[in-house]
Amino acid sequence: MSASEPLLRVEDLRVEFRTEDGVVHAVDGISYQVQRGRTLGIVGESGSGKTVASLATLGLTRSQGAEISGRILFEGRDLVTLSEQELRRIRGNEIAMVFQDPLSSLHPLYRVGAQLIEAVRAHRGVSKAKARERAVELLGLVGIPDPTRRVEDYPHEFSGGMRQRAMIAMALANDPRLLIADEPTTALDVTVQAQILALLERLQRELEMAIVIITHDLGVVAEMADDIAVMYAGRIVETASAELVFSAPEHPYTWGLLKSIPTLLGPREENLVPIPGTPPSLIHPPSGCHFHPRCPYAQPDHARIDPQLEPVPGEPTHHVACLLEPDVRRRLWVELRAGRMPEEALAEAGLGGAPS
Amino acid sequence: MTRYIIRRLLWGVALLILVSALTFVLFRILPTGEPARLRAGRLATPKVIAAIRSDLGLNKPLIVQFWLYMKGIFLHFNLGYSYYSSASVKSLIANRLGATLSLTFGAAVIWLLSGVAVGIISGVRRGSKLDRGTMGTALVLISAPEYWLGLIALYLFAADIGQLKVFPGAGSYVGLTGDPSRWFTSLILPWLVLAATNAAIYARLIRGSLIDAMGEDYIRTARAKGLSERRVVLRHGVRSAINPIMTILGLDIGVLLGGAVLVETVFDIPGIGRLNYDAITHSDFPIIQGTVLIAALFIIVANIVVDVAYAYLDPRVRYS
Repeated sequence: MSASEPLLRVEDLRVEFRTEDGVVHAVDGISYQVQRGRTLGIVGESGSGKTVASLATLGLTRSQGAEISGRILFEGRDLVTLSEQELRRIRGNEIAMVFQDPLSSLHPLYRVGAQLIEAVRAHRGVSKAKARERAVELLGLVGIPDPTRRVEDYPHEFSGGMRQRAMIAMALANDPRLLIADEPTTALDVTVQAQILALLERLQRELEMAIVIITHDLGVVAEMADDIAVMYAGRIVETASAELVFSAPEHPYTWGLLKSIPTLLGPREENLVPIPGTPPSLIHPPSGCHFHPRCPYAQPDHARIDPQLEPVPGEPTHHVACLLEPDVRRRLWVELRAGRMPEEALAEAGLGGAPS
Repeated sequence: MTRYIIRRLLWGVALLILVSALTFVLFRILPTGEPARLRAGRLATPKVIAAIRSDLGLNKPLIVQFWLYMKGIFLHFNLGYSYYSSASVKSLIANRLGATLSLTFGAAVIWLLSGVAVGIISGVRRGSKLDRGTMGTALVLISAPEYWLGLIALYLFAADIGQLKVFPGAGSYVGLTGDPSRWFTSLILPWLVLAATNAAIYARLIRGSLIDAMGEDYIRTARAKGLSERRVVLRHGVRSAINPIMTILGLDIGVLLGGAVLVETVFDIPGIGRLNYDAITHSDFPIIQGTVLIAALFIIVANIVVDVAYAYLDPRVRYS
């Protein structure tokens, strides 16, 4: 394996669920890479397939009868084709996961310590006493005060932030090389969110882990991610370095996400612009560009043509799946960034015409 | 916790007094037969009956009778004497307790083990042929009346009247201390019959609560840790699913200790249920009152035990 080979390379991953209403295309052919020690942020609304994609990485959708195709190469091994037995050795060991709601993700009837010990002993043949020492060490590592005593507590005796710290401690039990954090701060208070993100960043530096952070919150990825992939309706619609996504976003959906969050630095009177409509059905996704029914800039033929993820001219690391011409996109973003509403931006950019 | 238990016990005593008062009044206001007349037999003359009434204290006001009865219970643990045989109710119940305990706990072990095992397998393989088969069978067993199951069991397997003479039939019960192996074999059929309905109910319950538990987030966490599916199901799923079962188990055992009337009657087992049944047919009030009181005592104690056990089973529950 060469040094430049990414830690995780996902190629054309598809995850489908057969339901009574039809086949749900939860993940519809996505590809991305995670380099060692780097952080990838996967951003999207609820139902965009970002959680399913990450669960599929660990084979956790198998028990729900998902059909998976494509490749998930982790250090050269294709996780899609591994047996349950082989995957189990990777779960919680080489790849660990932190979930959204720490209260429901911890078993309510076992002590926090017992759950940590179990995580250690799942992959290391150590004695209970040794695993217990490790549990105390882990709780200390994630910043829980008085870990020797708190290791005896039940999850309900922890605060929300401490529970998420305990979940992170559990994920770190076996020094994973990749940590997948699925909305790790969504269920927490804002001040606690910042603490958890700072903790993840510190741990990443100290332990040299790669992190995939899944969130609907651009603020979270702005803080943490080196690279960003924006997902919509089971597909990646834009991917680039975090810097490029925030400074020169190319996809109208990304614009929508950026324009719908308030900033402290922008002018106070600047309007927040919500993305109209709701996420589409994953059973019968819209034809053509999946975003066209909600896109203020969609042209008639966008309902027919399916855009591919292609490099942005002049920015080979920046990919976008959009049918608008590159220079049109650039003009639109300039107008939007100046605080214009989408309709005004359309007129200014010379596209005119009512949105379809 | 100790304070909680003491408070519950005091309430239990109050409840028992209330239960005794109710049965006391009920059986005296609505007499099915004059006990003095029953006791006097065929030679009853008004004079004899009056003598017996005065003997039994039946001519005193109701409230005085109840007071004397309560005094007897609290000061001497005296439950009174049978109108019919003059035997002490306390010793009658004590003699019958062994059979009821044997029947109840033996059956409970069977229904708990089989119900939980079947429930887990069905829950894990939801929708499979095995699941549908066992749940269909469970429905039949839940619907089948106990006495009917008992009669069928006797007809099929009893040593005397059965088609396949496998197990001892009705009336073969002997005490554990008398002959342990006969005690065991004589109870096999009653155990199975008494366990059948409950095993079916428990299997359905645990299947349902296991399916709920397996959908919880902490199961996903357990899988993400890299645990084997077996450990995920048994240590994480079943551990949660078993709690509601424990509540019901305590109450079921409490109720049965008050007498499994139908099964004891069909298999002619001399337990408390049988004692109660006979006492009712003879209008033997002191025995009825004693058995009702004992049954209420078992149910109240079972309730307290269940609540206390729950605090240990679920750390989130703490009584103050």
